[in-house]
Amino acid sequence: MNNQSNPRRPFVRPLPTSWWLKEKRYVRYMTREATCLFIGLYALILLVGIFRLSQGADAFDAYLVALWSPASLILSVFIFQMAVIHSMSWFNLTPKAMPLWIGDKQAPGWIIVGAHYGGWFVVSVMVFFWLGGLM
Amino acid sequence: MSQRQVTLEVLRYRPESDSEPVFQSYTVPCQKEWVVLDALNYIKENLDRTLSYRWSCHMAVCGSCGMVINDMPMLSCKAFLRNLPDKIKVEPLHNFPVERDLVVVLDDFMDKLKVVKPYLIPREPAATPDGTYKQSTAQLKKFKPYAMCINCLACYSVCPQYGLNDGFAGPAALALAHRYNTDSRDQGRSAREDVVASNIGIWECTFVGACSEVCPKNVDPAAAIQQTKIASTVDFFKDKLLPGRKSGRASHE
Repeated sequence: MNNQSNPRRPFVRPLPTSWWLKEKRYVRYMTREATCLFIGLYALILLVGIFRLSQGADAFDAYLVALWSPASLILSVFIFQMAVIHSMSWFNLTPKAMPLWIGDKQAPGWIIVGAHYGGWFVVSVMVFFWLGGLM
Repeated sequence: MSQRQVTLEVLRYRPESDSEPVFQSYTVPCQKEWVVLDALNYIKENLDRTLSYRWSCHMAVCGSCGMVINDMPMLSCKAFLRNLPDKIKVEPLHNFPVERDLVVVLDDFMDKLKVVKPYLIPREPAATPDGTYKQSTAQLKKFKPYAMCINCLACYSVCPQYGLNDGFAGPAALALAHRYNTDSRDQGRSAREDVVASNIGIWECTFVGACSEVCPKNVDPAAAIQQTKIASTVDFFKDKLLPGRKSGRASHE
């Protein structure tokens, strides 16, 4: 069909690759998504630790020494911050995914978010004392 | 006091003469209770009869006049000029092909809306002798917010997944699927799952959440999609763990 018989010529506006820089909400979203890369990186660091453990005591001691190096400590603090941002951004979204109904009323979102933070706190305290007992 | 003048920068696209959309500026004397749609109507009636845009009800019910105003998708009949600066940028909805000026091509959405079966697939027989169904207030409340969608497509305009991924069914269609899935009178969840839980459905959503932020009817499609993800995951594991469950569900419906 040529243009004379069909005057329609819909124009598709391209989405630029920088779309996520256009609005704050997209930057927030991309930040949340990007933080998972650092959590993945820390999982890899822990896997390396298991691998070094399999190689014997000397190898594992060397791994522990490397973990206490200044560069590793800075990286760990940075990854910890990323993990906190990641966890908080997801916790804050939980009321959408898991609405709580009490009778015919929907419970306010802060209860669901608060329960997650509460659970996080309890597990953190348990891990803290568990590690304290090992040390 | 002199009448306020606003400048509308309207993205024009005339397929017979324009190779791509271009902005055209109109100065409109406006009244204080006007919305952007009134200003567009003023242009159409007094300044430029060739300007094309969709509208119908002028009361935020029909969903026809969705457009991007100062980079935010909204209903032009709900965008009061008193809340906007003197210079207002008006564009067609993003993520849709532009047919002409502010009119976008809706075919893709209409096709996707159809495949999620956005209608009641009722349980049988009806609960009462007169053929009606009983529904409690609590049951109604669970799906009512999702029934408020007017298909204005503001949510599609801000959804990067819909913009980047041609196949994605999109927020409004999936929210409507959830609306019927959670209706106590309906039993079509399995029938919808083939599309809703497929590679064009809920799993393509990465929870940007912008759809819920811009919805003029507070539908919250992001919540609908995340809740469908959980229901679908539970279904998947139940079907794996309980032999015959899936076929049982399908034949029951």
